Amino acid sequence: MAGKNCVAIAGDTRFGVRNQTVALDSNRIFKINNRTLFGMTGLNTDILTLRESFKFQMNLYNLEEEREISPKTFAHNVAQTLYSKRFGPYFITPIIAGLEGEDYTPFLCATDLIGAMEFPKSFVVAGTGEESLMGVCETFYKENMEPDELFEVISQCLLAAVDRDALSGWGSVVHVLTKDGITTKRLRTRKD
Amino acid sequence: MQKGGFNFDLYQRNVELIEKNNYKVPKTTKTGTTIVGVVFSDGVVLGADTRATSGPIVADPNCEKIHRISDYIWCAGAGTAADTENTTGMISLQLELLSLSTGRSPRVRTALTLLKNFLFRYHGYISAALVLGGVDFTGPHLHMIHPHGSTSTLPYISMGSGSLAAMAVLETGYNSKMGEEDAKSLVHQAILSGILNDLGSGGNVDLCVIKHKSMEFFRNIDTTNSKRKFRKKLPYMFKSGSTKILEKEIKEKMEKMEIVNEKENEIEELEEL
Repeated sequence: MAGKNCVAIAGDTRFGVRNQTVALDSNRIFKINNRTLFGMTGLNTDILTLRESFKFQMNLYNLEEEREISPKTFAHNVAQTLYSKRFGPYFITPIIAGLEGEDYTPFLCATDLIGAMEFPKSFVVAGTGEESLMGVCETFYKENMEPDELFEVISQCLLAAVDRDALSGWGSVVHVLTKDGITTKRLRTRKD
Repeated sequence: MQKGGFNFDLYQRNVELIEKNNYKVPKTTKTGTTIVGVVFSDGVVLGADTRATSGPIVADPNCEKIHRISDYIWCAGAGTAADTENTTGMISLQLELLSLSTGRSPRVRTALTLLKNFLFRYHGYISAALVLGGVDFTGPHLHMIHPHGSTSTLPYISMGSGSLAAMAVLETGYNSKMGEEDAKSLVHQAILSGILNDLGSGGNVDLCVIKHKSMEFFRNIDTTNSKRKFRKKLPYMFKSGSTKILEKEIKEKMEKMEIVNEKENEIEELEEL
């Protein structure tokens, strides 16, 4: 979700195989650099593979370009990586959130599993509870929120949606990215 | 690093996951769509709606479906969103390189051939239905390209799930002696008809008017469908601290370290001796 010169990503931490819960601490939101956060949902093996793949590509980018990648360029990189597997795709739905440029303008991007990008100005959702999330974000989202309020809104949206989805829950993490750094908070969710 | 072209590494695994394990595959974003093109006396008008759907859910209420192939050759795309984006992007690249190596400005006919050959190679698996329009030195051209690679050249075209609704308007209103304003208005009405009558199309109307050495892009020329009339004025306010936190961690922004070369001073001292 985007606020005023800040963005936030929130996700749950349950890892399961259909109805069986396997782990309670699986992190699916990764920091690419000081300005970009990257989250993925879907098949866990593809999440892990792509995490390593993008880490490698970003390290190479930093060495070659001698600067950090901008969120928009990273989003295009993700889209290209996913589309190269057009017939035989990775089963993930990624979300990229970051602060673009000198003014730290919020940048949000979501793609489908084959890399069709969309750039909304307000919020992006992904996962098994995405339909509930979309409804609740649409209701609670406001423009130009400060980081504190953004945290409250995105947390409440995630908690509400996660309660209505059997496959999500068991803990959640919220990262709020501003120009001064990232604040990470863990929330208590229902343990069922 | 990966070579060019499509990578089929995961195909076998995916087939097994879907068939044996009944894995629920994430949905691709489709563009449902109403796309329209009309030739008028001086050029071509292209129009499109702006809704991208993921199953029954609207994934993007305001996406751009009119893609640039070259300065005066533009292409509206329906079908799978990733396919239309990447296909038009790839052909735009090939056309730019071709025009640089031949030293001539690109022709619509060339873009048509590149697109149809590309799509035919994949036998319809790349689901991109395109309306290609533009003005080159031979005049205005308008073509329709189907996902399997067949093409037609017509004075007015509509494609996408809303094509029937749009075609009804085009058949009624088209005449071969139209001027620019009439053509713009006709395309606008055709797209609006698609937006109102077809469930897969919606959002705003985008128009693109191409004439000889001139192109005007009217993004969101009509937004009557996007303004929610009775929106609650004061959104719900969450008080600070209303969410209970278990742990909190603040990471300050990491500055890049500057490495100062200390060996330079040592060398200077030796020289003095």
